Amino acid sequence: MFKETALSGQTTFFQKLRSLDYILLVCILILGVISSLAMYATDGGELLYHTKSHVLRFIIFFGMMFVLSFLNIRFWHATGYLFYIIVLGLLIWASLYGITASGSQRWVDLYFINLQPSELMKIAIIVCFAKFYHRAQINQINQFKNLLVPMMILILPILLVVSQPDLGTSILIALSGIIVLWLAGINLKYFIYSGLFLLISLPFVIAFLKPYQKLRILTFFNPDKDPLGAGYQIIQSKIAIGSGGLTGKGFLKGTQGYLEFLPEKHTDFIFTLFSEEHGFIGSLALLFIYGVIIYRVIDIGKNARSFFGKLFCFGFASSIFVFISVNMSMVLGLLPIVGSPLPIMSYGGSSMLATMIGFSIVMSTKIYQKQLIA
Amino acid sequence: MFGGGGDSGYKKLSTVNRRMFIMTAAKLIIFGGIITRLFSLQINENKKYLTLSDKNRLREWRLPPVRGDFEDFFGNKIASNLKVYQLHVVPEQVEDFRYLMIRLRDILDIDSRTFKKILKKRSQQKSWETLIISENLSWDQFAKINFYLHELSGAKPVLSVARNYPYDEKFTHLLGYVAQASEKDLIENEVIKKSHVPGLRVGKIGLEKTYENQLIGSNGIQRYEVNAYGKRINQIDFVEGKKGTNIKLTVDTEVQAQCNELLKDKAGSICVMDIYTGELIAMHSSPSFNPNLFLYGISHDNWNEILNNPKKPLINRSIQGLYPPGSTIKPIVALSALENDVISTKFKVNCTGKIEMYGQTYHCWKDTGHGIVNLRDALKVSCDTFFYEMSRRLGVDRLNLTAKKFGLGEKVFNGTYNEEKEGLIPSTQWKKNALGRGWVLGETLITGIGQGYMQTTPLQLCLMTAQLANGGFKIKPKIIYDKNSDSYEKIKSEMEKNRIELLSDFQQDDAMVDFSLEKKKRDTDLYKPLYRNQENVKFVLEAMFASTNEVRGTSYSSRISDKKYQFAGKTGTSQVKKITEIQRELDLDISQIPYEERDHALFVAFGPYVNPRYALSVFVEHGGAGSSAAAPLAKKLFKTIVDRHEEREKIREKSLMEI
Repeated sequence: MFKETALSGQTTFFQKLRSLDYILLVCILILGVISSLAMYATDGGELLYHTKSHVLRFIIFFGMMFVLSFLNIRFWHATGYLFYIIVLGLLIWASLYGITASGSQRWVDLYFINLQPSELMKIAIIVCFAKFYHRAQINQINQFKNLLVPMMILILPILLVVSQPDLGTSILIALSGIIVLWLAGINLKYFIYSGLFLLISLPFVIAFLKPYQKLRILTFFNPDKDPLGAGYQIIQSKIAIGSGGLTGKGFLKGTQGYLEFLPEKHTDFIFTLFSEEHGFIGSLALLFIYGVIIYRVIDIGKNARSFFGKLFCFGFASSIFVFISVNMSMVLGLLPIVGSPLPIMSYGGSSMLATMIGFSIVMSTKIYQKQLIA
Repeated sequence: MFGGGGDSGYKKLSTVNRRMFIMTAAKLIIFGGIITRLFSLQINENKKYLTLSDKNRLREWRLPPVRGDFEDFFGNKIASNLKVYQLHVVPEQVEDFRYLMIRLRDILDIDSRTFKKILKKRSQQKSWETLIISENLSWDQFAKINFYLHELSGAKPVLSVARNYPYDEKFTHLLGYVAQASEKDLIENEVIKKSHVPGLRVGKIGLEKTYENQLIGSNGIQRYEVNAYGKRINQIDFVEGKKGTNIKLTVDTEVQAQCNELLKDKAGSICVMDIYTGELIAMHSSPSFNPNLFLYGISHDNWNEILNNPKKPLINRSIQGLYPPGSTIKPIVALSALENDVISTKFKVNCTGKIEMYGQTYHCWKDTGHGIVNLRDALKVSCDTFFYEMSRRLGVDRLNLTAKKFGLGEKVFNGTYNEEKEGLIPSTQWKKNALGRGWVLGETLITGIGQGYMQTTPLQLCLMTAQLANGGFKIKPKIIYDKNSDSYEKIKSEMEKNRIELLSDFQQDDAMVDFSLEKKKRDTDLYKPLYRNQENVKFVLEAMFASTNEVRGTSYSSRISDKKYQFAGKTGTSQVKKITEIQRELDLDISQIPYEERDHALFVAFGPYVNPRYALSVFVEHGGAGSSAAAPLAKKLFKTIVDRHEEREKIREKSLMEI
């Protein structure tokens, strides 16, 4: 084992390059191209702001991911808590001095970029838990006192994000965290207990919800009740997807998007537009690419020798899966409308940055898969 | 491994791997769910959502339909469409709406009331809906707008069509008129509702209203792709509208124009009818008004002028005006008496100028009396005393049956005109039902000279005369030309056939069957005899000839001796008010009586006397004596009618050739 560690330490750059996961890279690249084209379609077939900015971001962040992939996995392990604390700090910063847009204070102005720390937190929480459980003994994990710290790690950012207010992202952070906790080996009964607790406290939570959030939940159950108001998004999204049919209306021919019936078509509803133009077959293809990405990440996790890398990969794959399925279920009318971007596809720098950081950690796990972390 | 024991490490790894396996299985299930949902939306319900998507993106703009024309028998357009220049503004396409409006106000010289109205309309409609600034630009205004057009971005001069009545007031009552569709029109007529566009004109009265559904035409449709805010993105297709059906009438503009001329400055009506085909040659009610005034919303002053005119131009006297027929009913009374064998043609009465009956004095119109008169003389000189005695013997109920048979007390055009009135032919039963009192015998006497309860429209009198003049056969009056309707020759031979059939019929006595039964077979009765013995009809017609063409006849002064134009008629002077004894003694000249109390002048006639083809009725409201106020009009008209007959026949022959 020492030998191997020493060996991996001496790996040449060329060897590292060779051990990159090319299937994953290609899939991300394809996704980048698809998302750029989709963005181009949302701009009505013109190279406008959204497209340009999305393509630029993708190129920058993809390049960044590529470079960061060569960082030793130890680095991520070492900076795991720091990463979390920095993002938590940014969240606090956002809630104090953040930029308010559409009624929610969720951005911090970093001069070169308006960053949404809550998006980064989706990754940071996985890194943080992966580090936390890397060292933990299985028989100690489920001791109550050892549960308190992870609880704090999880609840703190959630509270901050909820107060922005951003229900969607906080739910996604919670889901990411909970999945990692469960994967790490925490007893199912704790989840059941807290689930029951949440269910009981649900009426109180609802009482604290903003009117628009309540309306969204109500609308989800009966979108036709107010077709021009809160139900509008769901109805229009379903019309767009449904009218796409088997093969779709064709690239740049999606009338729902082009004629501005689709709300938030650049961000949360990008899949709707894609599905309208490319139909069932196109949607299946997109799902397949996502499937391959998730599969590759899980596979890398399986082959990782370090528990940190393994848990991160499993957690990250599950999170991406959750983001995708929540977003798709939402636009398909299976879940209430909560703000949740589709990874890589949706317009939004912070989300893409977070996802790319995640992928670079996965890549790093792959390159240093034999690396053990003390 | 550091820290954790081998066992613990292994357990930890196996836990995470096992849980990841469960997780992966869950992912597959969830992805499966998403795919199922996609399948159900995109494959199963694709049609439904495609429709919804099209409904979203496609919006139709309906163009105003082009209304069908009316033309007379000779093909002259009496209601058509005129090209008009309109000014439209689509507020959404204007950068500075207020500025544009102020510029337009100055250029077009819009008064402040209209201006406010336009601004109000703007606030009531959507910004992409066309706002009509002016519906009818004058040529000057149009030229001016075009001159300044480069400064008026957003204003669009548009060529449109509008209803036009080239004969102005001449056909107003016959045709009716159109005006902007009201809320009520939309509710009452499904077709109007379907093709409604802002500013749509629809028929308000008359034929324009009755034949609305045929006339209205169909909208042109511009289909646009619109965005979520309703803005037009591009035109998908354009469906040209269909013009409404053109309707050809049986009327003759020349005769109608002369009717208008004859009744100028008078209140009254003239109806002219073909006695065989039932075609209306003319039907005019005076005073009339110019229907073109209603097209763009009638001005306050014009409306008040029409409304406050004491002669009431809005009433269509020909079919809406109910008046006592006066002596024009006498041919029917005479016929009824003969048909019921109440009297013979030799029956004589001594007229002393008045007659005492049932404790009351009934006056003849001639105070000095007519002396001994027989039936022919009584009709000729219109002796009231004779008719008092005859109707006393006849009774009101038998008179009622005959009068109704010949078209009185019933709508002539059932349904063609909503405003048409039935009139009233009294009977004992009617009085009991309507007034709850029994019939008084004295009432029979005045009914016999066309006074009392009896009320008829001028058109009914015309039909009555026509059905007498054709030898006593039922005809069907019509105003809409129908190429397939029976020809004169066919009708004539049909009538002849029916005449012979009746002669050979044993049950001659049943000719006077109950009217209520006949009503049901109204149409099957067409061209059937209305008499029992045609000699009686011929006798009455001959007496009418005498009335016009023999010395002492009431309309002798209006005769035409030329056989080509010679006509026979019966005058009528109906009282509006009961004449008191004092008034009778004063014997005031017409100019000394207040207008509202003057007698109505009536005249019914048919001609040419040999082989008659046309019947007419002239009615002059408060015109005085029928002989002096109504009959002379008929004389003037008859020449035109007969001359136009030749033109009419030419057209008919031509149309036969075409078939």
